[in-house]
Amino acid sequence: MYPEGLKYAKTHEWLKVEDNEGKVGITYYAQDRLGDITFVELPQVGAELTKGKSFGTVESFKAVSEFYAPVSGKVIQVNKELRDNPELINQDPYGQGWILVVEIASPAEMEELLSPSDYEQWVKQQEEVG
Amino acid sequence: MLKITALHQIHLNLGARMIQFAGWQMPLQYTSIPEEHRSVRESAGLFDLSHMGEIRLQGKGAFHLVQRLVTNDLAHLNPGEVLYTPMCNSQGGIIDDLLVYRTDQEEFLLVVNAANTEKDYAWIEKQSRGEAKVENLTDEFSLIALQGPKAEEILTELTDVSLSQLLYYHFTQAKVKGVNALLSRTGYTGEDGFELYLASQEAPKLWNALLQTGKPYGLKPTGLGARDTLRLEMGYRLHGNDIDETTSPFEAALDWTVKLSKGDFIGREALEKQKKEGISRKLIGFQMETRIAPRKGYALLVKKLKIGEVTSGSFSPTLQKGIGLGYVDLQHTSPGSSISVGIRDKNYPARIVSLPFYEPRVKKTADNLIV
Repeated sequence: MYPEGLKYAKTHEWLKVEDNEGKVGITYYAQDRLGDITFVELPQVGAELTKGKSFGTVESFKAVSEFYAPVSGKVIQVNKELRDNPELINQDPYGQGWILVVEIASPAEMEELLSPSDYEQWVKQQEEVG
Repeated sequence: MLKITALHQIHLNLGARMIQFAGWQMPLQYTSIPEEHRSVRESAGLFDLSHMGEIRLQGKGAFHLVQRLVTNDLAHLNPGEVLYTPMCNSQGGIIDDLLVYRTDQEEFLLVVNAANTEKDYAWIEKQSRGEAKVENLTDEFSLIALQGPKAEEILTELTDVSLSQLLYYHFTQAKVKGVNALLSRTGYTGEDGFELYLASQEAPKLWNALLQTGKPYGLKPTGLGARDTLRLEMGYRLHGNDIDETTSPFEAALDWTVKLSKGDFIGREALEKQKKEGISRKLIGFQMETRIAPRKGYALLVKKLKIGEVTSGSFSPTLQKGIGLGYVDLQHTSPGSSISVGIRDKNYPARIVSLPFYEPRVKKTADNLIV
């Protein structure tokens, strides 16, 4: 449910780093909590993300939620498929359901992100809190 | 303390995601809301609606009592027929909307919204003045709905009742898989289908038989999530959202359910006055240009000026767009007109459309299905 090789934010986004670029999506836990996703609103290519700040909105039948940037940087690619098929996030959260690619501004920010096992622990804690 | 239905353990075994609704623990979804929605539109869905309230009125004054309680006219309602009607207070506000089953000349079963069962029962008791015996049978009855174009074929395998002769808003006593049930051709989805009222202890047996028989037809257990998107596509008003004690049937565009000529009833004076003097707002349906969903409480606007508010909204699995119901000032109700919806900090374009959003496919005549 939480693949190796990815870094995880406590706000339930994942980050896959390649050189100075980071691909961003939401975790299995996040999409499961939301339920069937019906709509996403994403930033434009060129927009600047700030770590921890909201960069978009996701709607499911029962909830509205926000995406939070796991790192700061400029958006260099957005998954256009999600406009008509936002359910890809439910079906394949780590693959076809990716959200955007960001040019990582400050690699040091990544140190605060969690490993798969630490994230899994975090999710367990969240579920206990309810 | 949350109530559970007789099918609770079955829902858990099926892996349902449960929610609290009107004091009950009910299945929200078993697999996925859009998938369950689609199966009702294309084949069939099975619903546990045992949270709905059932109130029986019987006795010499039952007919007159129900006539006084509701705005629609029961004069032409024969035993074996069902009628949809609001029940209003003296100001013409809707206490609840309900189905009236005429089970005999002087015997009626009122099927009411779960959230209102206790309130309705108390109101009806208070109005009855001993004219009829009023009983709340909610805990004795379970209600299972089988909805969708395959519903008749599935149910035919389990009953001797000639279903092709049972029309929309009619009911009969039936044996289904050996279980006694009140079987009615009604529903809240816009599809052909049936609702089965039966003794709660028989509910698991009947549910399992229906599910097993329906499997080859594509029947799926369906939760309240899809029930809400299905009813919204039909423009059916949900009490507590789209109608309540502050809205009248005229404002809710339910004019056809108010029969001012039928004689006296509660709310009549106020409604007659409204009819004469006019109303200032009316319920409309609207469709977004994109998939974004309007939600309860969002503002409806024309040229940035607020003209009303959303009362129900969702993404529509059939139309693949956001749809909603809401009240707007009377001068802004024409289908086709452009409005916008205030969602978070932006305004999104929408247009007013005629209801329903989805053409019903219920069985109104014996010969052919109205498509």
